[in-house]
Amino acid sequence: MKKKLLSAVLVSAMLAGTLAGCGSGGGVNSTPTDNGGSADTGSDVSADGGASEAAQTDEGQVINIYSFNDELRNRITAVYSAIENTSDDGTVSTLNDGTEIHWIINPNQDGVYQDKLDEALNGQASASADDKVDIFAAELDYIVKYTDADINVAMPLESLGINPDTDLADQFDFTKTVASDQNGVQRASTWQACPGVLVYRRDIAKEVFGTDDPEEIGKKTKDWDVMKETAEELKAAGYYTFSSYADTFRLYNNSMADAWVSPGETTIKVDQKIIDWVTDSKEWKDAGYFDPAVKGQWNSDWFTAMSSSAKVFAFLFPAWGIDTQMVPNWDGEAGAWAVTNAPLSYNWGGTFVLAAEGTDNPSHVKDIILALTADTDNLTMISKEYADFTNAKSVMQAAAADDSFASDFLGGQNPYVYFTPGADSIKMAPLSAYDQGCVELVQNAFGDYLQDQIDYNKAKENFETAIRERYPEITQIQWPE
Amino acid sequence: MKSKEYNSFRTVFAHVLLVILSFMCLFFFYILFVNSTRSHADLQKGFSALPGSYFFTNLTNVTNDGTFPMVRGIVNSLIVSGCSAAICIYFSALTAYGLYAYDFKAKKVAFTFIMAILVMPTQVTAMGFLRLITKMGMYDSLLPLIIPSIASPAVFYFMYSYLQSSLPLSLVEAARIDGSKEFRTFNQIVLPIMKPAMAVQAIFTFVGSWNNYFVPALVIQSKDKMTVPILIALLRGADYLNRDMGKIYMMIMVAIVPIVLVYLFLSKYIIAGVTLGGVKG
Amino acid sequence: MKQKRKKIDYSKWGYIFILPFFASFFIFSLIPLIDTIRYSFYEYYRSGLKEIGPNFIGMANYAELLKSDMLKYAGNTLILWLIGFLPQIVIALLLASWFVDARLKIRGQQFFKVVIYLPNLIMASAFAMLFFTLFSNKGPINSILLSMGVTQNPIDFMGSVFGTRTLVGVMNFLMWFGNTTIMLMAAIMGISPDIFEASEIDGCNSMQRFFRITLPLIRPILAYTLITSIIGGLQMFDVPQILTNGQGSPDRTSTTLIMFLNNHLKSKNYGMAGALSVYLFIVSGILCFIVYRITNDEDPDGSKAAARKNKKGRR
Repeated sequence: MKKKLLSAVLVSAMLAGTLAGCGSGGGVNSTPTDNGGSADTGSDVSADGGASEAAQTDEGQVINIYSFNDELRNRITAVYSAIENTSDDGTVSTLNDGTEIHWIINPNQDGVYQDKLDEALNGQASASADDKVDIFAAELDYIVKYTDADINVAMPLESLGINPDTDLADQFDFTKTVASDQNGVQRASTWQACPGVLVYRRDIAKEVFGTDDPEEIGKKTKDWDVMKETAEELKAAGYYTFSSYADTFRLYNNSMADAWVSPGETTIKVDQKIIDWVTDSKEWKDAGYFDPAVKGQWNSDWFTAMSSSAKVFAFLFPAWGIDTQMVPNWDGEAGAWAVTNAPLSYNWGGTFVLAAEGTDNPSHVKDIILALTADTDNLTMISKEYADFTNAKSVMQAAAADDSFASDFLGGQNPYVYFTPGADSIKMAPLSAYDQGCVELVQNAFGDYLQDQIDYNKAKENFETAIRERYPEITQIQWPE
Repeated sequence: MKSKEYNSFRTVFAHVLLVILSFMCLFFFYILFVNSTRSHADLQKGFSALPGSYFFTNLTNVTNDGTFPMVRGIVNSLIVSGCSAAICIYFSALTAYGLYAYDFKAKKVAFTFIMAILVMPTQVTAMGFLRLITKMGMYDSLLPLIIPSIASPAVFYFMYSYLQSSLPLSLVEAARIDGSKEFRTFNQIVLPIMKPAMAVQAIFTFVGSWNNYFVPALVIQSKDKMTVPILIALLRGADYLNRDMGKIYMMIMVAIVPIVLVYLFLSKYIIAGVTLGGVKG
Repeated sequence: MKQKRKKIDYSKWGYIFILPFFASFFIFSLIPLIDTIRYSFYEYYRSGLKEIGPNFIGMANYAELLKSDMLKYAGNTLILWLIGFLPQIVIALLLASWFVDARLKIRGQQFFKVVIYLPNLIMASAFAMLFFTLFSNKGPINSILLSMGVTQNPIDFMGSVFGTRTLVGVMNFLMWFGNTTIMLMAAIMGISPDIFEASEIDGCNSMQRFFRITLPLIRPILAYTLITSIIGGLQMFDVPQILTNGQGSPDRTSTTLIMFLNNHLKSKNYGMAGALSVYLFIVSGILCFIVYRITNDEDPDGSKAAARKNKKGRR
């Protein structure tokens, strides 16, 4: 009897919970209506102010911005003066004319961001005005997929009323080249350029080399041969040069002669540089120059290698890496790091903004793109506040000579002295729509080899298998020699 | 005498093993708890057995992050799991009763059919399922996560075994003689008898649905409809979040604590319910 | 005569009662299944934002899969399942028989039952995420081991085949052994105490009692546990997927069949995913058949025999 009673209590508890759940289901559905309501209020406001901004009254009430992290939101809210406030949870910003920006952020890894974005872009034609994608972000690794003229999901900047030759004249040329489609029409724009440097720990440098002067250390890191001798010295003192084989990857990848896949072809050509990376990394790893506890990047072990308890001498990063990765992971006093030249000049990443074809807010979109990527005052501010290397030649040249750009995190050093010459000498490797997958999969496959799990040929095989799974249209994979 | 000694040895051994297993079960939760009370910088310094003071900071960070709406996710998960469990046990009981209490031509075929699909992995139909619900306009909604649980072969099988051992058909006959309609008989006479079995399966279905990741990950698109497992999986890939490990641990805490609390509160009934069901099954 | 008419009267209710189940099944499982099977004969995928196909290519997807590492992944799935299931069933049987054994006088039974069932409620994805951070090279477990002096260098748990598979196994074990214990305990409690008393008078020791009486009598529940565990094992996805970030590393030795399927679904390769689904369907059918053959020899569902045996036991 007692047992029966208990089970009755249990069942009724479950049912009550369920009913409560179903009841609040109605609440879920009603939320968008609430939003609609507030959007209506917004339109009243803009109608009131319509006299001065007649051109904007026929635009949609919601600007949807798709992005893969909070960086774009932080940059836009910092420079776009029309933004009045942003909600605490970071999902909605309200402009002074009542228009709302909805931030839709999904992580890059595992293809989540592109899945969601592609889904939205495919439904763009049938989506209601307030659900249309207006602006989206793309990384250098996959920008080609979205600037393709045949697919035409990103508007040419000229259709928005932006003239790349005059409005974007101060941008670095290579950022404009990679933002253009196969016909040379620019369809994307960026506020940053990403020349890489070598960031090293001052205390380790002092202990091992007797100096932490960037110029002196720069001599010890000027090319791969010297770098190897330096690594040997560090090893003798009990330090690792870099955290893992993945850290050096971008230097090799960026100096590839041909794209992973040439336009119109279905063959992946693995560049000799990639093979060099594998063989060099193997040598370095066997010699003990890498921290054996770190496997690849973007994991907690890698982040811990940037902390004071780690024994890693240097990281290879562009400006964004210092600001977004090293600063949050450093747990000691500011001023412990410094930058100098890397053994090879390279470029790593870059976030581009694109206007989605079919946007219902073209003039807002134009304003945002110009404010973020062309306004030199804004770009100067970004460089000063966030130590980002911005996409304005004149500003960056001035910054290299201006000590007010010095960074506390780098112990008062002005990093632009090393960034700017790097940017001038950047030669971009040709891009393809397959870059992100190839980069990710080649690091995974050869990561197993570099950890001595499998032999070299097995790693090649695994790479081919993974590529065929990811890209069914690839017919052949060519290896050098 | 000898067997008494043997038994006391067994008692000691049993306790040791139980303590070890309990330690394994609880240890991870303890580390999770400790780490969720520490800041990222503290965590970078290494592990400590004592909690830190960042519990509320981390908690505020989690609840204020609109990119990973954890609270929203928990509400969504509760709706989906609660409704799934309710309709699953009701309709499984109905089906089990239909096949048990009535004789009809297709009975054997129907029974064999259900047994045949018992082990079919849901993932097998995932692709077609996605296309179907897109055509039906149910893409990116919670409904396709709930309605299909009407047909749960495993729950049906459990209910059917239970009916066999605990519902004498004479009871149904007696109800008919009293003039009870078939649905009334089921709802008022059969259901109460099946309560223990339904309670067990309600828990299993609830937990199963709460933990389900594969199907929601395919179906749900927008942030405000995501369930907890999708949000957790997003965490694994969100490099920009890994800058604050304290927040990540707190997110895992927030994701599992509600169900643990409910469980601790109801554990007596839940375990009694599981036991009750098993006796008859 | 009269009775027969009555039965015909009621049979329509049988159909009505099972209708929702079958309607739901036909709409949400059968139609998708047929759709999946149909596209398995087509070349149909997405390349970037372009859609390729569908072009009919016959059995090419099936042939392609046979040439791939599909069998290796099937092996992985089996191994990962066994690593979790074997200790789970052994420990669960042991604990269940202890819990119901009055002579053992286990203290804090309620506490232990609550604790061992707890991990079952934790979502696999959160659990895997937790394990991933705990067992990373510079994570808490390694820092505890280092400070206790157990090891000089951090142990690379997820760097070796053995380590990764063991972690997956341990997680599956921890999540399910409590559940199984309580199910089995209930089944053992269902056995009439008279039988145990009789066996004691006959001089059975606890070993003999367990193997000769308990095990045979709880066979139906064991079968149920086995079947649900096999279903779960074949569907294993969340734990290895999140632990290895979808790579099944190292060397794809922890890639399960569903992770393989997920790779194709993710690259929007509907044709290949369809063919793989059909293989999975066939495998699950075979497994199902084998389980029925093992657990009962007479009737296809097992429950009848079980119930009969139970009743016989009670008498």
